[in-house]
Amino acid sequence: MFSFISRRLLAGLGTLLVSTFAMYLLVSASIRPFEDLEQSTNPNKLEQIAQRRELLDLDTPAVIRYFKWLGDFVTGDLGVGWRSGQPVSNMLQGAVISTIQLVAAATVIAILFGVMVGIVSALRQYSTFDYLTIFVSFVLYSLPAFWVAVLLKQWGAIGFNDFLKDPSNSPLVIVVAGLVIGLLCMLAVGGTVKRRATTFAIAFAATAGAILYLQLSNWWLDPNLGPVIILVTGTALAFAITALTSGLKNRRALGASLTTVVIGLALYYPLQSLFRMPFSWMYVLGLALVTVAVGIAVGYLWGGPDKGISARAASLTAVVVAGMIFIDKVMSLWPQYMGAPAINGRPIATIGSSTPNLGGNFWVQTLDTYTHLLLPTLALVLIQFAGYTRYSRSSMLEVMNQDYIRTARAKGLPEREVIMRHGFRNTLIPLATIVPIDVITLLGGAIITEQVFARPGMGTLFIRSLRGAEIEPVMAYLVIVAALAILANIVADLIYAALDPRIRVNA
Amino acid sequence: MSNQTPPNDSASSATVENQIELKEVEGLSQGQIVRRRFFRHKGAVVALVVLVAIVLLAITSIGVGSWTGWWKFTPNETGTVIDGGAPNATHPFGQDEAGRDIFARVMRGTQTSLVIMTTVGLIALAMGIVVGALSGYFRGRTDSFLMRFTDLIITMPVIVIGAVLGLLSGGDNAIVFGAFLGLVLWPPLARLVRGEFLSLREREFVDAARVAGASSGRIIFKHMLPNAVGVIIVNTTLLLSSAILLETSLSYLGVGIQRPAVSLGLMISDYQEAFASRPWLFWWPGAFIVGIALCVNFIGDGLRDAFDPRQKNIPSERKMARAKRIERPKPSATGDALPEPGAS
Repeated sequence: MFSFISRRLLAGLGTLLVSTFAMYLLVSASIRPFEDLEQSTNPNKLEQIAQRRELLDLDTPAVIRYFKWLGDFVTGDLGVGWRSGQPVSNMLQGAVISTIQLVAAATVIAILFGVMVGIVSALRQYSTFDYLTIFVSFVLYSLPAFWVAVLLKQWGAIGFNDFLKDPSNSPLVIVVAGLVIGLLCMLAVGGTVKRRATTFAIAFAATAGAILYLQLSNWWLDPNLGPVIILVTGTALAFAITALTSGLKNRRALGASLTTVVIGLALYYPLQSLFRMPFSWMYVLGLALVTVAVGIAVGYLWGGPDKGISARAASLTAVVVAGMIFIDKVMSLWPQYMGAPAINGRPIATIGSSTPNLGGNFWVQTLDTYTHLLLPTLALVLIQFAGYTRYSRSSMLEVMNQDYIRTARAKGLPEREVIMRHGFRNTLIPLATIVPIDVITLLGGAIITEQVFARPGMGTLFIRSLRGAEIEPVMAYLVIVAALAILANIVADLIYAALDPRIRVNA
Repeated sequence: MSNQTPPNDSASSATVENQIELKEVEGLSQGQIVRRRFFRHKGAVVALVVLVAIVLLAITSIGVGSWTGWWKFTPNETGTVIDGGAPNATHPFGQDEAGRDIFARVMRGTQTSLVIMTTVGLIALAMGIVVGALSGYFRGRTDSFLMRFTDLIITMPVIVIGAVLGLLSGGDNAIVFGAFLGLVLWPPLARLVRGEFLSLREREFVDAARVAGASSGRIIFKHMLPNAVGVIIVNTTLLLSSAILLETSLSYLGVGIQRPAVSLGLMISDYQEAFASRPWLFWWPGAFIVGIALCVNFIGDGLRDAFDPRQKNIPSERKMARAKRIERPKPSATGDALPEPGAS
């Protein structure tokens, strides 16, 4: 194991060296540092060109310059972007965080939704829902990322901000939204005519009711979840999570999940006063760990022969409830945020990664980050979503045709257990190996999204420096991306070996 | 797109399906079977028609080279802006702020994209086949060298290398730019071809050819390549749609096609600020990018269905019923032995 990792790391280092060497030569051949001077009418143009040639050391062959750069790089000196005079390490600092925020959020959401839709689609192969999914994933596959991003910017941001000026939906909008969601749920659940009709009616009523409630309670201008919504959604989710993880017949798991909902609600008001204290992400992380621990403890206290299953259901529910309490707190800042002079009633941002001169505490800043992340994340999710849907659909189809699935059915397991325990888990194996590699593609996609939304991320840094003929920032970006890609490949191999016992890493 | 799920008593339905399958391909060559299956995929046929229409429209309207075509404007010709540039009878797609005709520009952009798509396809196809075939056929040291080379290119997202190469190409010649992009996009194809060749070289007909004294080149090109053609065609098609998206994205970022040449991505980049006041400047180039990419993807899907009989369509209820009728006249004693295909 250890020798495998060290061997792969060494090979990766070699690849990194060769690839940076090749890229250095390519970049230095493609950039045009004199473009602005060549077009100028300045009388001392030639002198300036000579000066810049001196500054950039262009009389030295590129191969030698590479080794000079490499020498500096390994000693920790990333160089200076010569146009701005800023050290590259300063340029990278904010950019890396901004890009990580974007890519992390997008990956998580795209995986959750893509896998969910893909699996439902595979389970109902050749149904209308399946055909619809395939068609939608085709369309999403064919959409240029920058076009989607510009559309989102126009409709998502400007449209929604206009909507917030006078937030009311016409009855027509409510009916249409209800119809669409009702139809989708109907197609996804399927079954007999009666079951379809029931699903449709429930989904339609729930959607229309929710929109009406939001409108009547002035929710758009003063959004909150509040204890009541948390109780209702929490209970519903407790049932759903238990149904998926252990089946509703397991009364102990259900009881454990419901207990965590009650605990969450009981802590709702005490937590509000805790939130008023100075807060940071470290506290959030700590509270999240406490939540998981409480969930597991509750599961074990409910006891029974299968403590682990109860603990799993309870801790999942606990995380969801805690997440809702967190979102509720962030939402409660909404009126204050909307009213801030820097926002001026148009909360969904189209550029940048934070509002300048906003001020405010941790919660306001968090909300601000979210409003800036919303649209770029959505743009990235739309692109990734299609890929994950396809992967998980084909992977699930393959798994469900295996003999062990037939064995599981033949020995009389309930369908839930066949799908969740035998189907779903094995579906995740090929997916787990795709995710690390896909993150690299996502980093590439982030270049476009960052450019459209003017986020000061690594992609923007790369494109701006490349066009501005600054080789040092470009090389820093390339090293980071290539190193991540090599690591991702190693991680993918390790995950595969860990999940699939037929594969050995030290072979 | 009906909602019925196929009957699940698989043993009998599988034989029935097989019978339908055999009945349909009886006495046809491989090429005819593929063509038939392709034309049965309605989405792919529609996509093919639309794509041909787009290609014809783009070529004939503004012409190629010195031929100006039947359209009255040229892409870079400025004129008086009529009615704020809104679409009207003379300018069906509208005009930009300099009075240039958007239809002519979109057509030129489409030409650029099509040229780049073709060049990328050809280069990536050639590279992919050569590298994949050599690697899979010779294995050993050749294989590990070529695959390390492939890995080197895969280390970076294509858009990153594409950006550097796009800048290197200067961006005024679509063919040069396309050739550079082709040099970035071949690795996935090479890996697939390699995989296919690794399994093909163990087959008997390859041994037979070798025993008969065929040279390596002959075995690769005459015996193995025709058997890998399905994988190659399908994946090249899918590569074409990613090529067109890559080209437009790079042009949008300003590191692809450069002015005064016209690209659909560059148009969107130029006009995105005008979205609120002149939406047609933004919609038409986008519609053509999506249209071409969607058509190519659908054609690829149709080809995959045509070449890969494992992913066959579930036969319709009517066909199943007809197959049962064929089966019925000769009920056998055991009940599960089916008549020979074509016996009735």
